[in-house]
Amino acid sequence: MKYVIIGNSAAAVGCVEGIRSQDKEGSITIISKEPYHTYSRPLISYLLYGKTDRERMKYRPDGFYKETGCTVMLGKEAVRIDSAAKQVVLDSGETVAYDKLLVATGSKPFVPPMEGLDTVKQKFTFLSLDDALALEKAITADSRVLIVGAGLIGLKCAEGIADKVGSITVVDLADRVLPSILDETGAQMVQRHIEQKGIRFLLSDSVQRFENGTAYLQSGKTVPFDIVVVAVGVRPNAELVQQAGGAVNRGIQTDTLCRTSLSNVFAAGDCAESLDVTTGQQRVLALLPNAYMQGECAGINMAGGEKEYDNAIPMNAIGFFGLHMITAGSYEGEAYVVQTDSGYKKLVTADGVLKGYVLIGDVARAGIYTAMVRERTPLKQVDFELLKEKPQLMAFARAERAKKLGGVRV
Amino acid sequence: MKRVYVNEQWCLGCHLCEYYCAFANSGKDDMVKALKNVDIHPRIQVEDSGDVHFAVSCRHCEEPLCVKGCITGALTQKDGVIQIDKEKCVGCYTCILSCPYGAVVPSEEGVVQKCELCLTNSAGSPACVAGCPNRAVVYEER
Repeated sequence: MKYVIIGNSAAAVGCVEGIRSQDKEGSITIISKEPYHTYSRPLISYLLYGKTDRERMKYRPDGFYKETGCTVMLGKEAVRIDSAAKQVVLDSGETVAYDKLLVATGSKPFVPPMEGLDTVKQKFTFLSLDDALALEKAITADSRVLIVGAGLIGLKCAEGIADKVGSITVVDLADRVLPSILDETGAQMVQRHIEQKGIRFLLSDSVQRFENGTAYLQSGKTVPFDIVVVAVGVRPNAELVQQAGGAVNRGIQTDTLCRTSLSNVFAAGDCAESLDVTTGQQRVLALLPNAYMQGECAGINMAGGEKEYDNAIPMNAIGFFGLHMITAGSYEGEAYVVQTDSGYKKLVTADGVLKGYVLIGDVARAGIYTAMVRERTPLKQVDFELLKEKPQLMAFARAERAKKLGGVRV
Repeated sequence: MKRVYVNEQWCLGCHLCEYYCAFANSGKDDMVKALKNVDIHPRIQVEDSGDVHFAVSCRHCEEPLCVKGCITGALTQKDGVIQIDKEKCVGCYTCILSCPYGAVVPSEEGVVQKCELCLTNSAGSPACVAGCPNRAVVYEER
């Protein structure tokens, strides 16, 4: 069996480990545009922050490819999938034949058209190791940095370079920071915390044009800058599948076995959609844990095993300057909210289950909530009053605990 | 494989397991020096409510969500035992988000810690089990 994987990040590694759990013999070829050993993409901000380094940010040890029997083609770009001939065509003109193919091409930064952006000399995106290295090289202790986008990527970038630059201004069209994971109250708390580090926010505003080192905003405000980082969002790299005639919505469509509409072609990670069980919608869940698990599931199925990827949920654990937050699920429903000076907790219930939650500050044991969201645990089976207090296994029935902690099998 | 299992009906809620855990992982050879006037951060934690008590520590899951979700590769599973490489960990807490038992906890060094069955410290096998006066935690195959 010839397995080919386009991509070399979390979904690709998950796929390799999934394949090898079933098939120790088949050949695996990894094709990667980036010239690096597999590394953890979310660590690029930690690299600039000084919390990790090039060696430690490797997602798997140096011996990974050898131990798993992978042939790696680094620095080569897949430009076409010929699904009839079952081969991948590379930019070099080479072709790589496959029996089963995984597309794990990730995402790319979305750079909206902004007038004058082409005249900005020092402009960056923040998604890859090369992006981070280029930004690191450009910044100085006096740099005035303008970050467009107050989402996860923009704010992690801000944290990463905060101690190394003169000033940081973050502009976002949204009325709050981290709009994809936080509500207004939570966002305000996080914003205040980040502002204490000297980072300035201009929200509900956008750049109208860049001209001679100044950004002119919709509101009439002006922001002089030396460096611009565009962190508005990401778009799935779905073109290869689309051009081969595969079904693509926002991301590559996949079924619960991680198959695309092209035969023998699977997809996983930020390029692909999956079923969000909290909403019942197909969507791109561009998160590392989901990439790994979807990739692993794809690998198992590619190798003849059987595994469904049917319990994906949106979820995030992230921190800024020591303030941690964990969020999961969706926020449509009845909310139970506790707000203190140092923390915030919001539990959202609907249809008799915990749909989602936000914890800021005290995030201890949050996974107990996550499991309830993922498994859609009926609230009538737990003591929800105890769970409102804090995540605890005391809220479950004794028989349930005997399974969880006592090894009693169902 | 052998795991730490809980006999809830035997747990007295004495919290001794927490102290034995903290001592075993302190790197010190004197329990008094290791624990006196120290705020302990054990990897096993007892929940109490009225007459109900039980200890919670890593289950060493067969499908470990913490390992699969780890963004750095710091959490790994070898021969069934889930271990943390504190040098690689950046303390993002994705494992705290992922663990269904609440068994991965922040450590004093700013990253995370979890039960590693005392296989790598001087105790050699789970100190919480050895120290439990009532066999409320046991180390066995089930």
